[in-house]
Amino acid sequence: MIIFVIALYLTAVLVIGGFSHRLFHGTSEDFFVATRSLGPALLLLNLFGANMTAFAVLGASGEAYTTGIGVFALMASSSALVIPLVFYFVGTRVWEIGKRRGYVSPIEFFRERYQSDGLGLLLFVVVTGLLIPYLLIGLGGGGIALAQITHGLIPKWLGSLIIVAVVLSYVAYGGMRGAILVNAFQALLLLVLGGISCWVIVHQLGGLESAMTRVGATHPDLLARAGHIRPLQLLTYTFIPLSVGMFPHIFIQWLTARSARAFRLPVAVYPLCIAVVWVPTVVLGVLSRIDFPRLPPAAANSLLVRIVEHHAPGVLVGLLAATLLSAIMNSFDHQVLAVSTMFTQDIVHHYGYRDRLSERQRVWVGRLFVIGVLFVTYLLSLVFDPSLFKLGVWCFTAFAALFPVLLAALFWRRSTKQGIAAAVLSVVALWSYLVVAGWRSPDYTLGGTGILPVALLLAVSAAALVVVSLLTRPPDAATLALFFPAAPGPGEEGTPPVAPGVVGAPAAAPPLAGGHPRRDRPGPA
Amino acid sequence: MRRRGWAALLYSALAVLYLLHNDLWLWNDRRLWLGLPAGLLYHIGFCVAASALLGLLVVFAWPPWGEGALPAARDEREQGERR
Repeated sequence: MIIFVIALYLTAVLVIGGFSHRLFHGTSEDFFVATRSLGPALLLLNLFGANMTAFAVLGASGEAYTTGIGVFALMASSSALVIPLVFYFVGTRVWEIGKRRGYVSPIEFFRERYQSDGLGLLLFVVVTGLLIPYLLIGLGGGGIALAQITHGLIPKWLGSLIIVAVVLSYVAYGGMRGAILVNAFQALLLLVLGGISCWVIVHQLGGLESAMTRVGATHPDLLARAGHIRPLQLLTYTFIPLSVGMFPHIFIQWLTARSARAFRLPVAVYPLCIAVVWVPTVVLGVLSRIDFPRLPPAAANSLLVRIVEHHAPGVLVGLLAATLLSAIMNSFDHQVLAVSTMFTQDIVHHYGYRDRLSERQRVWVGRLFVIGVLFVTYLLSLVFDPSLFKLGVWCFTAFAALFPVLLAALFWRRSTKQGIAAAVLSVVALWSYLVVAGWRSPDYTLGGTGILPVALLLAVSAAALVVVSLLTRPPDAATLALFFPAAPGPGEEGTPPVAPGVVGAPAAAPPLAGGHPRRDRPGPA
Repeated sequence: MRRRGWAALLYSALAVLYLLHNDLWLWNDRRLWLGLPAGLLYHIGFCVAASALLGLLVVFAWPPWGEGALPAARDEREQGERR
């Protein structure tokens, strides 16, 4: 029955992926950003799905089992406020500039904003390097989870291979459009199935109040935060969701919006979606103490599988597997597509084949990179080490610490490429030190105070950016006019100059200082 | 009330909401409300409040670049064509 439900789910994904190809326009802009055509509902489901990893389904229940209900405040409700605010302030601004300048990747935005190929390369290396552990966690962790759910019937290598094959089919075939339609379906499954599983199990345990009272009698500490989470930990954890701003796959998804107005629904409804997915997983994690009072920490990640099997074997376990695959694939596919987009746009296209690739060839280069990234990730996942989960958590911290870089690029006219480089390099150096220092401690905080490393990293990153920017030469007015057109700065007059690459600009427009002419930029839809 | 007034009011409310996330008064509260621990129910309510406030934000205080900057892009395009 479990295999049948998984097969049914995968067939549905393949059918939706195949259908998406019928909507494919055949252009590189459609392949990478779906011709910037997403309406509010699809944007909401895709942004939400891409942020909900397998951790929200499996890891959160394991965390709730060991540390209690505080996990929800720590990881869910903090994201419920911070992530939509990033969409509101940053996502809409990124979309506006991206639409006007025709961007399809974050690297080209930074490269042109600061007129620096070197800065673009630095960010490419850092962002791609931080994304690789996520790709491995999604694929390796997915293979392990499928093996657990099917009791080895689908071994780890086969589970990972199935995920790769399915993602390959709809991403290489339909590009961003394929990922969008499949992810909308998967996000809906995530929103519905967790609640159903929770309702069935709570009903079998005699109702919510009765089950919670039983847990309170044996493990009262799990119903509060004292002893598990410190106030400073909760306060500084609210910085972690800032990472969403620097995720390249989220940045690229912002660019897929049809209009700035399309962000209104995601901003307003995102907190409710968070609650709908996280409440059942946290509640089930805490209630698992009734049936499994003393599981070793290593078994906590398979907790959800155990409790669902215990109370509702068969179809519900199959649906749990489908939920898990949804959570894995709807972030994994966007991450693969983001890495492929950056390789195609920022390396192959920018450095080697600027004027030599037709639209069709660019789509095929994108497809080849999707295949290549999936192939390499699959090979690496075969030697997947579970300790990568820990590295993944640290990568969240690094992405969050890089947030001031994006904020400055969008809103601070005086920021310079040297300031941005200083911020990035200071994050890389300090983060590497902290990873080594805190590797052995699962609950590492600065000096044992409860302050998470992200707080220090953010402060250092912001300070390096501001100090070095103020000490170096300001960006030239022509470049600033392209990114801050509505409010010319002191000393600037008249209409912003038309730069190469702006839609409608003459082909012979001169390059920006230190930049390259961009006659090839596809125009916004 | 004009957009700036709404923006100031709603940004202030967001700051207050951020502070309310740190519910120290429920840190050791193990009572059940509607079958859920008080600390969990509070944060579910926090999500609902965040959604309501963000809903007001997108209706009454939409960021100026959300709509205002695009005419500038059209200006750029038109000027490019004239040249």
